[in-house]
Amino acid sequence: MRAFDFAVPHDIDDALGLARDESAFLAGGTTLVDLMKLEVVSPEQVIDINRLPLHGIRPEPDGLRVGALERMEDVARHPAVAGPYPVIAQALLASASPQLRNMASIGGNLLQRTRCGYFRDVATPCNKRSPGTGCPAQHGDNRGHAILGTSASCAATHPSDLAVALVALEASVRLRGADGERTMPLADFYLPPGDTPHVENRLRPGELITEVIVPPLPWAGRSRYVKVRDRQSYEFALASAAVAVDLHDGEVRDARVAVGGVGTVPWRLPAVEDALRAGRSHEEAAALAAAGARPLAGNAFKVTLVQRAILRALTELAGPR
Amino acid sequence: MEHGDPSLRSSSESAANRLVEVTCTVNGTARSLRVDPRATLLDTLRERLELTGTKKGCDRGQCGACTVHVDGRRVLSCLTMVATLDGREVTTIEGLAEGDRLHPVQRAFIDQDGFQCGFCTSGQIMSAVALLREGHASTDGEIREAMSGNICRCGAYPNIVEAVKQARS
Repeated sequence: MRAFDFAVPHDIDDALGLARDESAFLAGGTTLVDLMKLEVVSPEQVIDINRLPLHGIRPEPDGLRVGALERMEDVARHPAVAGPYPVIAQALLASASPQLRNMASIGGNLLQRTRCGYFRDVATPCNKRSPGTGCPAQHGDNRGHAILGTSASCAATHPSDLAVALVALEASVRLRGADGERTMPLADFYLPPGDTPHVENRLRPGELITEVIVPPLPWAGRSRYVKVRDRQSYEFALASAAVAVDLHDGEVRDARVAVGGVGTVPWRLPAVEDALRAGRSHEEAAALAAAGARPLAGNAFKVTLVQRAILRALTELAGPR
Repeated sequence: MEHGDPSLRSSSESAANRLVEVTCTVNGTARSLRVDPRATLLDTLRERLELTGTKKGCDRGQCGACTVHVDGRRVLSCLTMVATLDGREVTTIEGLAEGDRLHPVQRAFIDQDGFQCGFCTSGQIMSAVALLREGHASTDGEIREAMSGNICRCGAYPNIVEAVKQARS
């Protein structure tokens, strides 16, 4: 690990004032410390933000507000989350392990880096880590890689389960930098790789995620996160589905569908939602999930897997149809 | 701890300037340390505080062997920077027993033969102690899920579940 300066501000403005271009904010550390050990990232300054007042899980009229420093485990177990938004609680509890969930913050979860083995191995080229060096995953080991939103430069998946649930629920993130505050939908926050896979989101240097806002959705109580992976627990998704349905007399009147493990960013599926709203069968709707998918040699199985993950969520929420 | 990991070795003036003062409680005793900000809690426990009960398995947050408690919550010491722990309370496997009297979870791991080689065991026990406090594991399946962050390469899992059940009762 490369040497760095260390600071522990107690005030948000102090933290933002300290930040330089080569700074990293440290919350739970479960991504950052790992990647610093691997020398995938080597910040010149680490700013410990754990003393900042970015806490609280509060239902408000405009939605559920979650402070960026709240830990995954605490958010998952909170009654204001688990009751009205089961898909969030389930996505969190399907993530990592209890120890990691006790450490990892909500803001950090949304900023975690891909698990692509080439990205994590500094001995190999990677456009995301070292722009312009190439993408070995295109013709290499790509079983775990994305089939949606990929480019010739990068096919790395976004690893967060939480982000998939939040995109389905149309959540927003509040950002704060030295220049002020702004709020944007999480779906707009993430950027597909294109020719610049090292630019993963719209966060500016020195800017912090301060809060996540989940708008009210009365029928989100009927929601589900299905995660398919190589082992039963403590593993990233091969394919996952965050689904909520508005059910009347057994018929789906409205739906939200987003998928993970298959996209370079958390992937909302409006075509699947439209099909469900139009009264198409669950199978017909789920079959639209991988429209436009570009599988690589090792991950074509994800086309079927993601459709079945959605179908399973729909079946569990609304019964077979 | 600087001697453990060659990448932490540095005699340069700038490295000395970067040292951070930390005062935390380890197994009930206040410890004041000047630490390299790169130092993990794991390396600090093992190589500086001579508490080698906490094991270094993967050192990447993937195996759970280094599980300890910080402010009563189970965490991975390999991904915890000790510089972040000012004012915090750390408990390791050495802090569980009261004198010669084993913690009920330690007793249960012996009674139920919950280990073979023993390398993962202190992490398993620290996780199990926290699990019982958290209160989310009543069925065998829930115990397995709640223990899923602790890998046992010998495969002692069935007996680990039995040990958790004994300690719970």
